[in-house]
Amino acid sequence: MLYAVLCYNSEDVTGGWTKEEDDKVMRDLTAVQRKYVEAGKLGPVARLLPTTAATTLRHSPGETVVIDGPFAETKEQLLGFYLIDCTSLDEALDFARELSAANPAAGSYEIRPLSLYKPGELAP
Amino acid sequence: MTDTAWIDLALVSARPQAMGALLRYFRNLDLAEEAFQEACIRALKTWPKNGPPRDPAAWLIFVGRNSGIDKVRRQARETALPPEELLSDLEDRESELADRLDGAHYRDDILRLLFVCSNPVLPATQQIALALRIVSGLSVRQIARAFLVGEAAMEQRITRAKARVAAAGIPFETPDASDRAERLAAVATMIYLVFNEGYSAMNGPEGVSADLCDEAIRLSRLLLRLFPAEPEIMGLTALLLLQHSRARARFDANGAITLLEDQDRRLWNRPMIIEALAIIDKAMRHRRPGPYQIQAAIAALHARAERPELTDWEEIELLYQALERLQPSPVVTLNRAVAVSKREGPEAALALVEPLADRLSSYFYYHGLRGGLLKQMGRAREARIAFDRAIALATNAAEAAYIRKQLDHLAGEADASDFVQEQR
Repeated sequence: MLYAVLCYNSEDVTGGWTKEEDDKVMRDLTAVQRKYVEAGKLGPVARLLPTTAATTLRHSPGETVVIDGPFAETKEQLLGFYLIDCTSLDEALDFARELSAANPAAGSYEIRPLSLYKPGELAP
Repeated sequence: MTDTAWIDLALVSARPQAMGALLRYFRNLDLAEEAFQEACIRALKTWPKNGPPRDPAAWLIFVGRNSGIDKVRRQARETALPPEELLSDLEDRESELADRLDGAHYRDDILRLLFVCSNPVLPATQQIALALRIVSGLSVRQIARAFLVGEAAMEQRITRAKARVAAAGIPFETPDASDRAERLAAVATMIYLVFNEGYSAMNGPEGVSADLCDEAIRLSRLLLRLFPAEPEIMGLTALLLLQHSRARARFDANGAITLLEDQDRRLWNRPMIIEALAIIDKAMRHRRPGPYQIQAAIAALHARAERPELTDWEEIELLYQALERLQPSPVVTLNRAVAVSKREGPEAALALVEPLADRLSSYFYYHGLRGGLLKQMGRAREARIAFDRAIALATNAAEAAYIRKQLDHLAGEADASDFVQEQR
């Protein structure tokens, strides 16, 4: 089963990291990913720009509105996601646990199964 | 990251919201600060054991508020003067606590807190110092270091700023749309001042000045999250990101300023540039141009050019013209002259620069640019006079070092031509 692991953290906190702190977190997260990459389980990984760069298209019948900002106004923001191939929810949870251990910011990791997957043809 | 490091980060990031709410409760900056301080001390005691609360800001507001009320009550007993009004006011507020903590008010709380520090009655230096102390939570020592003044002098400056703010009155009524717009503009100016303090003080103690730039960017992003549909706040955020993206390329090994066209563009911070360009795209959709957006658009054209010769100077000149219309200033004209020099040569640019002499006679960059143009035109003697004037007006070592390099260059060229003449 393919799972999307969606990472919710506070932008205020992660945006407050110095470059050195940020680099260290990225290294630690890459170390977590390595095992899954080697097992051929890890799909696309993405870190998103701050939500201040986001625009939302809201559609209701007969009307489409473009709104500045992210879809949800919450304390935590969707800052990135992984696509991982797991045999069970437990395995996906283990992965999320490892990620959260490598990331000093408090956060939530939404694990959402995929019903459709297209790897795409983006150049790396 | 150590245990205390993540707590520090959580406290810093929760600070604007918590301070904003506490200021609303206590209507007094000192009382709000003390209450927040007390809450932080308790957080440092309990968070390592219990883990961080789900919503650090709400936790700090709750704890800070209670400790502040205790303090007011104690003082009331000590002075035997029951400030009944104040106390009953606080009791009333208690019942509203639940819905207040859900963050419904936090947008105006934070804006008020930022606005208190941006009050136009304060001179620029006091705005910056107060914002860094109250909103960012920098220590007086850190701020003093950034300004290159003693701690006692900085303490005094902040105290004076607080007194002025108190005398001017802190606005507690919920702002209407036009108040909000006015406050936003003042706050944007203050954030830009903080940034410029860091940007121009790059020759200060290492790291401090860059910290101020980072802090300004953090505040600007915070403001944009609160007011996500304000194109000028988008412009401000993009502008700061673009200017800061060049931080590592702005000085040579000797600490002299490196002009944009001579900078090693590989040292520019790409993620910052990408973020800024995305934000500018959003701002453009609103079709409500303003000074920050235009300046950001100019900076973006530089950022988009892979090599200096690919810079779209025509568009840059048009944007400076637009900026001159919105915000006429000799400095903007001076900047337009740079674009003109690239497209039409130094003569045309000089013709634009010379009429500014009266108004910019004590401006370093006026004489620096004039010297550069004269030098390009082969008028070495006049160039030297202009550069001498510039060096006398330099406000920091990096500016002086840059001009010295130009003078050395002139001297070198003179020697070379003398040498050629002798050979003949």
